Amino acid sequence: MLGTRLPRLEDPRLLTGRARFIDDIEPPGTLHVAFVRSDLPHARIADIDVAKATRHPGVAAVVTADDLGELCRPGPVLVPPPPVEGAVFHARTPLPLARAVVRYQGEAIAAVVADSRYVAEDAAALVGVDLTPLDSVGDYERALDPDAPLVHPDLGSNLAARVRQTKGDYEVARREAAVVVSRTFRYDRGVAAAIENRGIIAEWDGGGGSLTVWDTTQAPIPVRNGLAALFGLPESRVRVIAPFIGGGFGPKVMFYGEEIVVPWLAMRLGRPVKWIEDRYENFFATTQERAQTHEAELALDGEGRILGVRDRFVHDTGAYDSYGLTVPINTQCTLLGPYRVPAYDSAFDVVFTNTPIVTPVRGAGRQHGVFVIERLLDFAAREIDLNVVEIRSRNLLEPHEFPHDHGILYQDSASLTYDSGDYQPALEEAARRIGFDGFDDERRRAAGEGRLLGLGLACYVEGTGIGPYEGARVTVEPGGTVSVATGVGTQGQGHFTAFAQLVADELGVDPARVRVVTGDTAEFHWGTGTFASRGAVVAGSAVHSAAVTVRGKILAHAARALEVDPTDLELADGAARVRGAPDVSIDLGELALRANPLRGAVEPGTEPGLEATSYFGPAAGSTASGVHAVIVEVDPDTSLVEILRYVVVHDCGTVINPMIVDGQIHGGVALGIGNAFFEELVLDEYGGLSNASFMDYLLPTATDVPDIETAHIETPSPLNPLGAKGVGEAGAIPVAAVFAQAVESALRDGAPGLEILGAPLGPGKLFELRRMAPTDAAGAHS
Amino acid sequence: MTAGSGVDGVPVRVRLNGEEVTRSVEPRLLLSDFLRHGMGLTGTHVGCEHGVCGACTILVDGEPARACLMLAVQADGREITTVEGLTPGPAPPGPDDPALHPIQRAFRDTHALQCGFCTPGILMTTAAFLAETPRPSRAEIREALSGHLCRCTGYHHIVDGVARAAELLAAGEGAS
Repeated sequence: MLGTRLPRLEDPRLLTGRARFIDDIEPPGTLHVAFVRSDLPHARIADIDVAKATRHPGVAAVVTADDLGELCRPGPVLVPPPPVEGAVFHARTPLPLARAVVRYQGEAIAAVVADSRYVAEDAAALVGVDLTPLDSVGDYERALDPDAPLVHPDLGSNLAARVRQTKGDYEVARREAAVVVSRTFRYDRGVAAAIENRGIIAEWDGGGGSLTVWDTTQAPIPVRNGLAALFGLPESRVRVIAPFIGGGFGPKVMFYGEEIVVPWLAMRLGRPVKWIEDRYENFFATTQERAQTHEAELALDGEGRILGVRDRFVHDTGAYDSYGLTVPINTQCTLLGPYRVPAYDSAFDVVFTNTPIVTPVRGAGRQHGVFVIERLLDFAAREIDLNVVEIRSRNLLEPHEFPHDHGILYQDSASLTYDSGDYQPALEEAARRIGFDGFDDERRRAAGEGRLLGLGLACYVEGTGIGPYEGARVTVEPGGTVSVATGVGTQGQGHFTAFAQLVADELGVDPARVRVVTGDTAEFHWGTGTFASRGAVVAGSAVHSAAVTVRGKILAHAARALEVDPTDLELADGAARVRGAPDVSIDLGELALRANPLRGAVEPGTEPGLEATSYFGPAAGSTASGVHAVIVEVDPDTSLVEILRYVVVHDCGTVINPMIVDGQIHGGVALGIGNAFFEELVLDEYGGLSNASFMDYLLPTATDVPDIETAHIETPSPLNPLGAKGVGEAGAIPVAAVFAQAVESALRDGAPGLEILGAPLGPGKLFELRRMAPTDAAGAHS
Repeated sequence: MTAGSGVDGVPVRVRLNGEEVTRSVEPRLLLSDFLRHGMGLTGTHVGCEHGVCGACTILVDGEPARACLMLAVQADGREITTVEGLTPGPAPPGPDDPALHPIQRAFRDTHALQCGFCTPGILMTTAAFLAETPRPSRAEIREALSGHLCRCTGYHHIVDGVARAAELLAAGEGAS
């Protein structure tokens, strides 16, 4: 089954509306929560008057930080910063409910619990919150100004972290360089915008002392462990279930204040308590990603070979930095791309601002690094008079250079080492598919008809499949079905199918007979979660390993039952059978029964059942890679950009299910298109957000995203038994870079000096850029 | 009384997935909440509550409509179809192999869904669209889908799914 386009096993449930998402779950007697949130980005909480709300009919409780008592303390830093020498990191994490001060718009101040959500919202409007505005900093580029208002005054500045990583000697590289290009790049903020918002339901069994929490989390096991620690319960008495989840994309891996407040309310009130985030809340209360400004410089020799890169950037972490340094470290590392970079000097400042919290969103900072290096290569290519394919080709790492150790630390604290890859064929294939060689003629022909066509092409790598580990349990049931349990959450990645394919191959069963359970801590309680494009790689490898062990048990039992040597057996059609004599066989279900005897003696050391639990922890992540290429058409009047073709040549090692991989890439590219052109959070200088709705924050639709042509190259990873590399985020990573290059290419004749130095671009900004470009036709008559 | 605020209920009578239903509802109750929490039809999903994402799309008298932009009382006297009504006949007992409408089958075959949250709304729009436009071009399909937001698929496979559904329906295939 490995490598086949098996239709997904979870689809019938989803297609008929029977799959249970968070808001579909409602234990009898459930109470509903509405949060009261700050309207201001920075304020002192002078007073909270809950009397009127508490008296409102149907209200069970109104609680604030003071009611939480001991629980109202800053949460943990979820990901410890890598131990980079000399690094500065100031941890500041939020309280479950704000006390005394709010530091971003949307920070939760009180929770109202009532018979229905309607009544809870009625009463939330009756909570009197008296906020005294404080000076606030919304513009991250000004956060380190001497007169900037302080988000956390005790720190004395808004500096959250400062990290520098280097390899080689950039100053020497720069002195020896024939060409040096430098630019300032800005990559702005966006939201993940999963179509399902977050939600939590908690039920407390006071008699049994056990807590059950349904949660839209990508990381149910860490949430369970966190809640157990907070409430002083044994981990085994807390069950966290991640049901079907309507998209994750990163922010659902966070551990939020609502995940503490809602279970606490259920324990305090002795009734099930439910909170479903609404879309408006999601724009503030769910974490976001992206704002960075880079001052970057690329040094090359006369032939366009990279001698070194210097980068200084500022990363906006918002009001808190609970997720450590993952995003800026990803940026720092991914900037190196698929290239040979002898000297690198990269330093960043992470700054606090009075804005919503920044944590990974699909791509998780990698796209920023790719944007910087790819744009610098484009500008260098112009100076040296090379085409965009040739300058990349000259710098790609070659197959004999793997494993390639860059000598700096990655987000998982391991050395940034590429395990395997073959980049040149991917570049050539992308160039061939997009029609690079003949494109300039095509562009000129179109220009003659008044049409502005442009081509863009960019390379990227993605560090995927990082540790620490995941586990899985595989069990052959007496009926012959196979159960698989793993701890990762699933948000649409097709784990139910991909893991079934892995097991089906080992055990010789129909994948439809393999039932996969993910994200329920009562089923499996070791692991970390779904992030960093690691589900298939890490949990998949654990599933595979458990299946291999079960296979061994099946063969041993079957050999005894059939009185043959295990090596004479094969597993197929749900049975163990003798090679060459398929009628001498025994069903797996029957073997499972025999492996669990009710009476009689067993050999010492044997375990009952056809079951195994395995764990997989890679020493380092596997590095996926690819090349994207696009052809766009720019409307000469409106500056709207239409994507005519989009090609992805991608290498994620061994492909388990090509249909699912294509889907992951398509979705990533669509998100990337949004990031590159449509989506922009409009934050004012104080940190106020002015476009918190889908009317004003534009997600790409079916008429904005083209068909996406994909091709796969497979260089298996040596780091896991499957040879797999992650694919979840790849599609999103290089889109802004290809997009910018393509738009510049389309405008080359009218505005040869026009440079796109940021994302998202947007038709408005592009119109302005064209107007400012002196030789541009649009500028002449505007 | 689904919303439970103590306000007097207003009677609402609808034909819901072929069954006559009469309930007393609070006047302000959203149709989406009535269907999901009042009637237990949780296949209709709510993504934005302001009529943009399309996840809550249902058919009202055969026409696609946003359940989050209607009050339950506005549905009085109307015929409503949700995703649960797309599949004819009662659902079989097993979780994994219910009867599928040709559009649902086409979506499965083409991997037209990932997390599946936006999918029920898209299925309802597709049902109405293909009834009017049985042989659509890809551009027409994209136009028809443009009132739906999907964050997972990039739409490519959804367009494939709608095209495949048109083929299955043209070939006269019923529910399996």
